[in-house]
Amino acid sequence: MAPGDEATSLPAYAERLTWLEALEAETPQEQRGRRLLVRGWAALWPKVLAVAIVLAVWQLIHVSGWKKEIFPGPGGTLADLWDQLHTSLLWHAIGTTAERAVIGFGLAVVIGAVIGALVSRIAPLRSAVGSLITGLQTLPSIAWFPFAIILFGINTTAILFVIVLGAAPSIANGLIAGVDYTPPLLLRAGKMMGLSRLSLYRHLILPASLPAFVAGLRQGWAFAWRSLMAGELLVIIANQPSLGVLLSTDQDQADMQGATSIIIVILILGILVHTLFGLADRAIRRRWGLTGTV
Amino acid sequence: MVRQGNAMTVTGQRPAVEPGKGEATGTVRLTRVSKVFGRGSSAVQALDHISLEVPPGEFTCLIGASGCGKSTLLALAAGLEQPTAGEVSVSGRVALMFQEPALFPWLTAAGNVELALRARGAGRAERRQRAAELLETVHLSGFGGKRPHELSGGMRQRVALARALAQDADVLLMDEPFGALDAMTRDLLHDELDRVCAGRQLTIIFVTHNVREAVRLGDRVVLLSSRPGRVIGEFAVPIAHPRRIDSAPVAELAGRITDRLRGEMSHGTR
Repeated sequence: MAPGDEATSLPAYAERLTWLEALEAETPQEQRGRRLLVRGWAALWPKVLAVAIVLAVWQLIHVSGWKKEIFPGPGGTLADLWDQLHTSLLWHAIGTTAERAVIGFGLAVVIGAVIGALVSRIAPLRSAVGSLITGLQTLPSIAWFPFAIILFGINTTAILFVIVLGAAPSIANGLIAGVDYTPPLLLRAGKMMGLSRLSLYRHLILPASLPAFVAGLRQGWAFAWRSLMAGELLVIIANQPSLGVLLSTDQDQADMQGATSIIIVILILGILVHTLFGLADRAIRRRWGLTGTV
Repeated sequence: MVRQGNAMTVTGQRPAVEPGKGEATGTVRLTRVSKVFGRGSSAVQALDHISLEVPPGEFTCLIGASGCGKSTLLALAAGLEQPTAGEVSVSGRVALMFQEPALFPWLTAAGNVELALRARGAGRAERRQRAAELLETVHLSGFGGKRPHELSGGMRQRVALARALAQDADVLLMDEPFGALDAMTRDLLHDELDRVCAGRQLTIIFVTHNVREAVRLGDRVVLLSSRPGRVIGEFAVPIAHPRRIDSAPVAELAGRITDRLRGEMSHGTR
């Protein structure tokens, strides 16, 4: 460092010092806010980058001129999506679809949990229907639609019926797995405490099954969402716009941009719900001390 | 509480005292108990005609090499296993502590203790108050809101001790409860256990493979042989409390017991 620099660098140093002091003077809440911001950005940028790469590849294909007449570019599609977001039709459709998803999945959770609870505790029932549940889980739920439509007609009940058949087996299996994998040591501890059969179930086996149950819910949701989309494409009810109906209309009108926009909406909704399950899973893991970083 | 093996129960002589009847609360009695796991050629005899009586309030340490059926013996006394032959009689309530704390990870430290109190039928307010008292007894007041994973190994085992005490048992069975802890923490927990026992009429059967630990804690040390487990010796521990694990009398008796064990083991493998 040249001798003359000292004079100029000193104020800079003092400035930095005050900046550091200011940093230290931050209230814990401000520090917390900053930390959240840093952590949020750390979680966000890979996702942003991934979306950017997808858009870039998409644009490249579009520019390359492959099926130029019908293959839309990201610009046109996103503009179309933006326009659709300003129509009440899309929101109406999202509302209908979301309502069916909530009701169908809710029914599947209740039915799946009851079946799982019964099957996991009653041995003859398990040997009777245990493998049937796994069989139903692997059966593509779309195969049920002819059955459901003949049984219920072209209506929402048919769609809900298939959602339940698609999702409930996974949910039941999740609970059964959770009960089966309750650590034997904890069971012994609970028995030694003198917990009655019922409170053993309520205070030990059920909480111990929670992580596996949430995993089952997550898988069940994926099946429910698929069944719902298949249902909305097959069971088209007049005057009830849903995402499936919009997709179907776009197909009839060969509106590729519109169809792609709806696919993006469906994708985003699916990811959103999946993220919620991920958050629940993380919360449980943190509570139980199963994460590497606490 | 009397449990009988399904095969050849107490052939010939009857036990001197009718077990379970008129016996002081806190007595543990095993009469010619055998336990065989498996059948046919793969059968393993874990215990072979073991007789052991622990009077109320006594601290008995069971010691032996691994595979001598120590844990099986505790499981029999706890009622988790049934004897193949012979009779197990325990008068009073039994609590069991494992080598692992076996705490429920979804509950806080206080919640774990409270669940044991709930099993005893305690009401909400009583549960809360008793749990706080018990955590204080094991020097963990202020940690009631922590979850098991937030506590150290020694602290977790203290919570397990508080939970065992919450069961208000007359007999406490301990299966190598400090086996997984470091020497310093173990030393601290020995003092803790002494202190906790001092104020209670508690029969303790403590299984360990650490001879010094047995002498440090027990009123009596019972030696078991390996495969099948048999009682091969008994040592009274006439050392005054408070004891230290590294004091001369403890070391001296532990040395004698170790020699005896060594002799038995070489005898067994000859």
